[in-house]
Amino acid sequence: MGITSKPVVFALLAAVVILIGTTVTVFIPLFMPSTQPVSAYIKPYTAVEQEGRDIYMREGCNNCHTQTVRPLRTEVLRYGEYSKPEEFAYDRPFLWGSRRTGPDLNRVGGKYPDSWHYKHTAHPQSMFEKSNMPPYGWLAHNKLDTSYSFKKTSTLGYGYSERDVQQQIAQYRAKVTDAGYPSKESRDQVTPPELQKELTEMDALIAYLQKLGRDVKNMEATK
Amino acid sequence: MSDAGYNYRVVRGFAFSALFWLVIGLVVGLWLAFEMFDPALNLTPWLSFGRLRVVHTNGLGLGFGLAAIFSTSYYILQRLTRTPLLFPRLAQAHLYLFNTAIALAAISLFAGMNTTREYGELEWPLDIVVVIFWVMFAINVFGTLIKRQEKQMYISLWYIISMTVAIAILYIVNNLEIPINLFKSYTLFSGANDANVEWWYAHNIVGFIFTVPILAMFYYFLPKSTGLPIYSHRLSIVSFWALNFAYLWTGAHHLMLTPLPEWIQTVAMAFSIFLIAPSWGSVVNGYYTLQGNWDQMRTNYLTKFFIAGITFYGLQTLQGPLQGLRTLNAFFHYTDWVVGHVHMGTMGWVTMIISASFYYMIPRINNTELYSVKLANTHFWLILVGQFTWTITMWIAGIQQGAMWKATNPDGSLMYNFLDTVTSLYPYYKLRFVAGVIYFIGILVFAWNLIMTVRKQHNQTEA
Repeated sequence: MGITSKPVVFALLAAVVILIGTTVTVFIPLFMPSTQPVSAYIKPYTAVEQEGRDIYMREGCNNCHTQTVRPLRTEVLRYGEYSKPEEFAYDRPFLWGSRRTGPDLNRVGGKYPDSWHYKHTAHPQSMFEKSNMPPYGWLAHNKLDTSYSFKKTSTLGYGYSERDVQQQIAQYRAKVTDAGYPSKESRDQVTPPELQKELTEMDALIAYLQKLGRDVKNMEATK
Repeated sequence: MSDAGYNYRVVRGFAFSALFWLVIGLVVGLWLAFEMFDPALNLTPWLSFGRLRVVHTNGLGLGFGLAAIFSTSYYILQRLTRTPLLFPRLAQAHLYLFNTAIALAAISLFAGMNTTREYGELEWPLDIVVVIFWVMFAINVFGTLIKRQEKQMYISLWYIISMTVAIAILYIVNNLEIPINLFKSYTLFSGANDANVEWWYAHNIVGFIFTVPILAMFYYFLPKSTGLPIYSHRLSIVSFWALNFAYLWTGAHHLMLTPLPEWIQTVAMAFSIFLIAPSWGSVVNGYYTLQGNWDQMRTNYLTKFFIAGITFYGLQTLQGPLQGLRTLNAFFHYTDWVVGHVHMGTMGWVTMIISASFYYMIPRINNTELYSVKLANTHFWLILVGQFTWTITMWIAGIQQGAMWKATNPDGSLMYNFLDTVTSLYPYYKLRFVAGVIYFIGILVFAWNLIMTVRKQHNQTEA
């Protein structure tokens, strides 16, 4: 009697029923440009920023920090301009998160100097005694592995040549190892002497954090 | 092997795998709960919160949840078709591959190899292993169904079929990724699309792991344990199809007020409210089944697990759609309220039903009696008190944090800086840890009771 005695037909029918909502709300939007609009003001991550983003992912920072400011009055007051879809065009994967054990980071770029981040990332409790953030000092003890940087940026379609990638890495390294680097003192405090002339995972992570939300400011300024 | 040649070896193997991963997952959970008010436990990179949280969710969702589902599905499948598993050796290989995969999953997540996409964090080589063991499971499910001796498929089999189909679709689509090397890949989707795909997956993986197969257990083991037939067959048909249809539209209620197009959010909101109906269809069906036999809540130790479990399912499926409403979501999202919500479902509904199903099943497949009904009752009360204290604490913490985030001074400026809104929650976090310990003791009692049940049978055979 009926489909309850036909397992294969039953399974096919179940698949169809499951795929209706899936098609309308997920598959069709994938092909609508309005779901993920692009803006010329939003630039892809540099190779170093991308490496920093991968470290952010590896350490699961997204488990405590969101990256999307909602259009709510107090939220805009706390974090800054609410998040726009264009900002995330290069985000693979997205890192919006689901729980704010720590504050949202979508507008953290440029909010503090690098020195603040070196101190805070290594010893959060030295700045906020009662913070429950884990210390990440060991990131400054790891030399940044850039052997996949080009493969990563080309897979992600950022359009850099291998030379561009080498240049970006060399430039950032020159910046943070320069004697005149404004955050030199804090960087040297957390970085072991043998790595002070190299790029560390901490350097890349901070480069990434400083990128967050910066391009959108240019986009907003032109509106 | 047993009566009619049913394969119970794999049922038992998955049941004890489930218990093992449950205990491990809860130890990790307690560790995390402690880190929330005292970061001193972030001893090494492997034990830092960001990596550990993923071990907790995957260990319990994939390890405990899936193992319990495989165990009960293999049992229910054979009983309801009156047919032994078609490929017993494949099922045994499934058991070994599954446990290997979960162990590797734990190690890789500890080591920071993760895709960050919630509840789908495993890197691509393990994704492939998951697909392989899922196919192994599906072959036995459909093979045994096709060869079945019993013409009609009972409700529980429908739920097992729809789970088998849905998880395959969800897992494969969500994990479409391009490898960089063995340990790293990038998803095919970007930004808002990635968020939409991921929360379609994450919401429905919860639905088709923590709802659908648990309902399969409920519809099978409740009548078996109580000796009462399900109240309404028609209601279960309507609930089944409505649930399967509506679930898939609702993922975006996790993305309220984000840059995802507003229409997708609104559609998700509407279907979330609709989903109350089929969810409560099962709740009502469960309650009415006991009509006139409510004394079983006292006389039959299993009945109270099922009724408490379905009650938490009912509360869960009311709370979920309500907190998915845009206005309420604006307040509750990103707070501990949602953490409390999830844990009522997992610690209340899911664990209660799995516990009772195991208590019914394990003695039967071992031809023995449960080691101790008294311990089963102790287990019930410990996990009930533990879970309730846990979730209520987190709801209060969530309301407090939501209110503090929104509080403004008369001049319109923010009343609290972010850190204040965190540190004021520490007393709740401490209470949550204590509640977690109570719950954990209950689970240890559960595991002990089942281990002793199996050992008792060994002693009997020797004598």
